[in-house]
Amino acid sequence: MSLDSNNKKHAGVWILAEQSKGRIGRIGHELLTRGRALADKLQTDLTAMVLGCDIPDDDLQGLIDRGADRVIAMEAPQLANFLVEPYSACTAALLDEYRPEIVIAGATSTGRTLMPYVAVKIHAGLTADCTELDIEPETNNLLQTRPAIGGNILATIKTPVHRPQMATVRPHSTRPADPQSGRSGEIIRLDAPPDLLTSRVKRVAFTPSTDEMSIQDAEVVVTAGRGIKRAENVAIVAELAEALGAALGATRDVVDRGWMSYPHQVGLSGKTVTPKLYVAVGLSGSIQHIAGMGTSEHIIAINSDPDAQIFQIAELGLVGDLFEIVPILTRKLREATSRTH
Amino acid sequence: MRIVVPIKQVPETSAVKMDSETGTMVRDGVEAIVNPLDLYAIEVALELRDARGDDSEVIALTMGPPAARKAVGEAISMGANSGVLVSDKALAGADTWSTSYVLAAAIRKIGDFDLIVCGERATDGDTGQVGPGIAAFLDLPVATYISKIQCDDRSCLLDRLVEDGCEQLEMEIPGVVTVVKAIASPRLPTLGGKQRARRTDIPVWGAADLDVDSENLGLSGSPTRVVKIFRPQVARECEKLPAGDEDAIETAADGVIEFLTNKEFM
Repeated sequence: MSLDSNNKKHAGVWILAEQSKGRIGRIGHELLTRGRALADKLQTDLTAMVLGCDIPDDDLQGLIDRGADRVIAMEAPQLANFLVEPYSACTAALLDEYRPEIVIAGATSTGRTLMPYVAVKIHAGLTADCTELDIEPETNNLLQTRPAIGGNILATIKTPVHRPQMATVRPHSTRPADPQSGRSGEIIRLDAPPDLLTSRVKRVAFTPSTDEMSIQDAEVVVTAGRGIKRAENVAIVAELAEALGAALGATRDVVDRGWMSYPHQVGLSGKTVTPKLYVAVGLSGSIQHIAGMGTSEHIIAINSDPDAQIFQIAELGLVGDLFEIVPILTRKLREATSRTH
Repeated sequence: MRIVVPIKQVPETSAVKMDSETGTMVRDGVEAIVNPLDLYAIEVALELRDARGDDSEVIALTMGPPAARKAVGEAISMGANSGVLVSDKALAGADTWSTSYVLAAAIRKIGDFDLIVCGERATDGDTGQVGPGIAAFLDLPVATYISKIQCDDRSCLLDRLVEDGCEQLEMEIPGVVTVVKAIASPRLPTLGGKQRARRTDIPVWGAADLDVDSENLGLSGSPTRVVKIFRPQVARECEKLPAGDEDAIETAADGVIEFLTNKEFM
């Protein structure tokens, strides 16, 4: 862990493209959007790192098509699912061999476990849960911006000396890169060295969740805040969500009070969503919450306080009592929908 | 079984105010509490200890200013057997790398541990990086987002919540787990517990008491630097429709439908 080894030339931007059951997931494509922008500013190459087993050629080429200049896949049966020790050992070995200056991963259950483990092992700086990444013009340092202190403020963080500069990025905080035709790049497949694959954790079973529509996958999200006042009133907002064909979200306040369950929570400590339409009902728009939905394409807010912060990011605001507004809006939406069918 | 629970004292988040002149945090008069998510780690550690019915121990550990002694006291008043405060001016300003480094050194000094149980993250920093960081410094396995745990003398059977479901893991001990809220319901401190906390000697360890390299401590030993703190600019042009009475609401609702039609949602 001496700094000497860190001072050798580091170059290039890397992203971790996570796979599940051998298929590259959406987060890798989102990170390509981030990584491409950084690599272009630095006029350097973008590499996608994949750890897994038997990844199809099409999925690796898909990373090239979406902006990577190079894909490095390290494979072994022991890498099929995330286990911290083999993943960390393989990542550290690759970073030592190729020496990128920047490594970004998703702030997923995998990224948020792997990255801090690796950062300690290689003595690198790591910033969690970034919502913005940029390059500082004078120094070419990575500027990592994230909500801090319960989301009341944003902090910009950098890693002046240690390399690589590492960051995790909130899933769904940017759009996945689209494939472009005619892109070409290098695909390197490596067998993982067996001595890196020992693990004191074994995965013995997996139970897939059988949840309702995920708020992260929905095109329209309707979210209730503390303004609904009590658990029974979730139903009022749920009816509006149903009329819009939307998934139902909740603020941290609502989840902490037990009015809705954690999978519904939008915000810094919940999920980040980027739907086409976000309807905020009875929530003031704490920065904590905005960190989880501020990049929605269109935002409509309903709140009785004309100065509520949520109106600063909404395109359309209804100022009044949600208990009067929402039922009428729901009825009118149902009428309008039935007219068009 | 010896279980170490690293905890953090945090400002009661909702009480944090910003000084609009200087853009800095106003800490005066803000109550400090045990990180609410650490209470779940303390609780599950106590339950694991009590289920064994032997001489197992729970040891709370925190790093912070002298006032953070109160956080260790609260863990003891919930039922922890003992606690340690690591406090030294040289540690001020540590990022998650340096914090993990010091906590790992303190855990080595506590010694003879079987399990380290951490909360998912702290409500002020919100990184969740210190649990895995401690594991890496101690060269131990780590399992994060744990919602269920059963242990025997050699391993733990764990439920780990991930994006698309629940993994069941078997982890050798010693090892590190970080736990989510679903794992337990934290008990309240008892009166007897509070009295015990007052009587219990909580040792305070400085950097000199730990096997640490001074280059890795505090702000100067931290790879990351905060370069700017600011309030986000979040302005979009908002068309506000008054909806104070029924007529206004009808009109506003028509406005919403027109908006949705224009944007091709309907």
